Amino acid sequence: MKTLFKQREALLSILIVVMTLAVATITADFISLANLVIVYNDTAILIILALGQMLVIITRCIDLSVAANLAFTAMVVSMLNSQFPEIPVVFLLIIGALLGMCLGMINGLLVWKLGIPAIVVTLGTMSIYRGAVFLLSDGKWVNAHEMSESFIDIPRYVLLGLPLMAWLSILMIAVMYYFSRYQRTGREIFAAGNSPVAAFYCGMDVGKLQFKAFTISGLLAGLCGYLWASRYAVAYVDVAAGFELQVIAACVIGGISIMGGVGTVLGCVLGALFLGVINNALPVIGISPFWQMAISGAVIVIAVVVNTRAEQGHTRIILKKATLKAA
Amino acid sequence: MVFKKVMASSLLAAAVMTASLAHAADVRVGLVVKALGIGFFEAANKGAQEAAKELGDVEVIYTGPTSTTAEGQIEVINSLIAQKVDAIAVSANDTDALVPILKKAQKRGIKVISWDSGVGKAGRQIHLNPSSNPLIGEMNIKLADVAAKAAGGGKADIAILSATPTSTNQNIWIDEMKKVLPNYANLNLVATVYGDDLADKSYRETIGLLKSHPNLKVIVAPTSVGIVAAAQAVKDQGKIGKVFVTGLGLPSELAGHVKSGAVKSFAIWNPIDLGYAATMISYNLVKGKATASEVSMGRIGTAKLDADGNAAMAEPFIYDASNVDEFAEIF
Repeated sequence: MKTLFKQREALLSILIVVMTLAVATITADFISLANLVIVYNDTAILIILALGQMLVIITRCIDLSVAANLAFTAMVVSMLNSQFPEIPVVFLLIIGALLGMCLGMINGLLVWKLGIPAIVVTLGTMSIYRGAVFLLSDGKWVNAHEMSESFIDIPRYVLLGLPLMAWLSILMIAVMYYFSRYQRTGREIFAAGNSPVAAFYCGMDVGKLQFKAFTISGLLAGLCGYLWASRYAVAYVDVAAGFELQVIAACVIGGISIMGGVGTVLGCVLGALFLGVINNALPVIGISPFWQMAISGAVIVIAVVVNTRAEQGHTRIILKKATLKAA
Repeated sequence: MVFKKVMASSLLAAAVMTASLAHAADVRVGLVVKALGIGFFEAANKGAQEAAKELGDVEVIYTGPTSTTAEGQIEVINSLIAQKVDAIAVSANDTDALVPILKKAQKRGIKVISWDSGVGKAGRQIHLNPSSNPLIGEMNIKLADVAAKAAGGGKADIAILSATPTSTNQNIWIDEMKKVLPNYANLNLVATVYGDDLADKSYRETIGLLKSHPNLKVIVAPTSVGIVAAAQAVKDQGKIGKVFVTGLGLPSELAGHVKSGAVKSFAIWNPIDLGYAATMISYNLVKGKATASEVSMGRIGTAKLDADGNAAMAEPFIYDASNVDEFAEIF
């Protein structure tokens, strides 16, 4: 089983490298170190959101509200910054993360305590959070000149060749890797998603684990709220509209099973990077915008097909082992 | 909300009182906006008051609902009819919903025009558009020319950053831009890309443009999300002074980017002029000074009317470092 996933991730890595090289044959500059940094930095927000989404999907749920959560926290931190520029950016980052966490907890509580399917809960909260941005801002934008210099500059500060935003995403990857492999809660989340019944008999509260996954997803979305507002130096109601689909797509491409229980941090990051490379390559190679949509769509469908096929194999292997042992 | 309503009704009451006090005014124009408290319309009112001052015998009653609803506007228009104003100039929240009440107003001899956001033909005599598609297209190319000269002059590659490939008004503007492009021999359009009115995609497309076209001097973005994202991308790539972003956007959204130097100048309608022109047209209608084909807009010029009574005020107004801060306060 392990080798299968190792193969899958190796395949995805090769695909990303091949794609990058193919684009480089059209514009050689694409594989320059400077450009690779741009591409990675551009994908940093997607990676962070996908890490949170991964946990939620592993518990057999889905979080459609991440982009709306991001938009809400982006608006709150931007408005705070424009009204009180003296608040240090670190505090804004923490405020954003905590606020996002609260929004995630609302999702989690509804799923856990009321037992409503996650897709319904987050479809609802997606609209509620998005609507809340409008109520908060009255439809007005927070613009570049209303933000403080440090608010815009800090994620762009280059440390050892990489902007701070890219470093933050690397830190998140490391934390999530440790959490999902060596932390009790992290392991339990996998168990709860893989077989909720078995997890229940082992004494785990599956609902509570789902709640925890939503909380983490919300926290990361809140963190990205600040990053997004700073990166594009603007906050408005439609910030990151439809971005939740990219986040879910990154997870699916990265081999996180929509049926729950299966997935790795590495796969998730590779899935996000795959989309990141496509997103950055398409404008450079000058394909018609209609083809761009078709290509992005086709990639996702192919990933799902590959995924389901891999999962079929994976069930069979378990059964084989079981029969062997029985015999 | 309650506070707003109280404010609105006391404003209305104040308007009624001043109206009954100011008998000197011969012509009373009700300027109905989408909602009170919006910077854009406050600015339009400023222009309307300027027109009233210039004409002398006009009183402008600036009014509107507290939220952008057609029902709210119907209420406001009803009260204007009761006050027996001479003209109503409305920026409508709904094209069709206001037609019946405006028909009623016209039956009572009130002249009705719409401006900014129009109502159905049956509900008004004239509709004043802030600008027209050909004027917008031409203005974008004019701005590109100014930016190209700022970027060093000579032959310049330019690119267009649009919203979605299916956006109707964007495509019409781009067509109009291409029509006037041959008049500018120095400008060479190398690409048209689409940012889908998403900040992240527009940003990425801009970086793509900078990479694929090293000689690019100007990016024209006739869309407010696009122009902001492009300006930020140009700044982040350290291309300020080499590549200029221009197009259509609001002063408040672009003030920071004008300051950073990523945007030299850009355009959008001037709300002050719009309020001024709407008042002038209303006045001339009341005074019987309008013909079926044209009507004067005072200092702005003469509006040409088409068969449906549509008129275009002027080409979009140019904003740059000299005036952007002043207008950023307004809208």
